[in-house]
Amino acid sequence: MSAREQRTRASPPYRPDPDGTHPPLDSPGYRSTALRHPVRRPLTLPQSVTEITGPVLGEGRIGERDNDLTVQHPGEPIGQRIVVHGRVLDGDGRAVPNSLVEIWQANAGGRYRHDADVWPCPLDPNFDGVGRTLTDEHGRYEFTTIKPGAYPWKNHHNAWRPAHIHFSLFGRSFTQRLVTQMYFPDDPLFDQDPIFNSVPEAARSRLVSRFDMNRTTDHWALGFEFDIVLRGREATPFEDDDHDH
Amino acid sequence: MTTSSTLPSTPSQTVGPYLHIGLTWQDGPFVVPEGTPSSVWLRGRVLDGAGEPITDALVETWQCDEHGRFAHPEDPRSAEIDSGFRGFGRSDTRSGEYGILTVVPGRVPDRTGVPQAPHVDVSVFARGMLHRVVTRVYFADRPEANAADPVLSTVPRDRRQTLLARPSADGYTFDVHVQGEYETVFFDV
Ligand SMILES: [Fe+3]
Repeated sequence: MSAREQRTRASPPYRPDPDGTHPPLDSPGYRSTALRHPVRRPLTLPQSVTEITGPVLGEGRIGERDNDLTVQHPGEPIGQRIVVHGRVLDGDGRAVPNSLVEIWQANAGGRYRHDADVWPCPLDPNFDGVGRTLTDEHGRYEFTTIKPGAYPWKNHHNAWRPAHIHFSLFGRSFTQRLVTQMYFPDDPLFDQDPIFNSVPEAARSRLVSRFDMNRTTDHWALGFEFDIVLRGREATPFEDDDHDH
Repeated sequence: MTTSSTLPSTPSQTVGPYLHIGLTWQDGPFVVPEGTPSSVWLRGRVLDGAGEPITDALVETWQCDEHGRFAHPEDPRSAEIDSGFRGFGRSDTRSGEYGILTVVPGRVPDRTGVPQAPHVDVSVFARGMLHRVVTRVYFADRPEANAADPVLSTVPRDRRQTLLARPSADGYTFDVHVQGEYETVFFDV
């Protein structure tokens, strides 16, 4: 088989997500979408080698303390210490190993260390709110951080974002790229949040982490579990997708 | 093959207004290292439906090298790639435009073996966008390859120019119109 034939035949494409998975880009309740959603229907892009490959990142990009947001400064940040952990899986339940996970979040009072965030809540000198890690060979990741606070925004009168952590995932292909937000169980602010509620109702629970007593550590930290699922692949008629040698 | 039930994907959410603290990398723009002889800057604005530049967007690019090789294990020729070629670029738009230092990619086949024109896959994220949008950059100075490209040929003729990067002083310019009269062609991938 020539290299070209190999490249053409190998590696099945990724399955499309069914309707009802992601929020519509045109979500009027979230006012900023008004001028920021395409009006025309997207065209279908058949997945060529460009789409089934993607950046392989991480080695050399992860610092020793990048997965512990509570030890990045001389002092400890203020707030509820938590461990957020889970697995990155594909739609067939297979682990996505050695894959970059990036997070960013507000501090315990709901303020980001960002020059555009000016609401009157103090910054925490001991908290940047930025983390990154690589999934292990079983697709597992873990961060130690503090529980972010809710914060106000201008979408509507008395609008508050429920506490959340922003997650960025690369998976193994351009097709699997995902940016999302992780929420906390039973947040009373869900009902009035147009960003959370932009997601079709049946899918919303997939954005909410689970309180995890097993990972809650005595006299140290509360545990939360958040598994992330990236698109799985079409079935392949021949077993040729073992590239891990 | 074993049968397995499928898991539904985690839904997308917006990057929000504070994406820069998490997603800006100092070396983000460098698909190829600075000083690479044939490197070019790919620059452009991301514009909203009122024609205003979006300054809280993130543009990410993915492409093969000049010889059509991807820095990824599923490309059988990935081992031949120069170290330093990452294939991936990432730039915010705080200055009013994004900028990626890259090379014009080589040609790679589609699934049926038809050669595609040189192209760069692009994701755009922003506050006010609940999901990324995906488009492709083609190069206006490669008209013959573009005319034979199997993806471009599915794009209505009068919209193809929205996918063309045009030569500029230090490389190419490619604006993304998220909405409006000149709305860029976006793809479901
Ligand atoms: Fe946020």
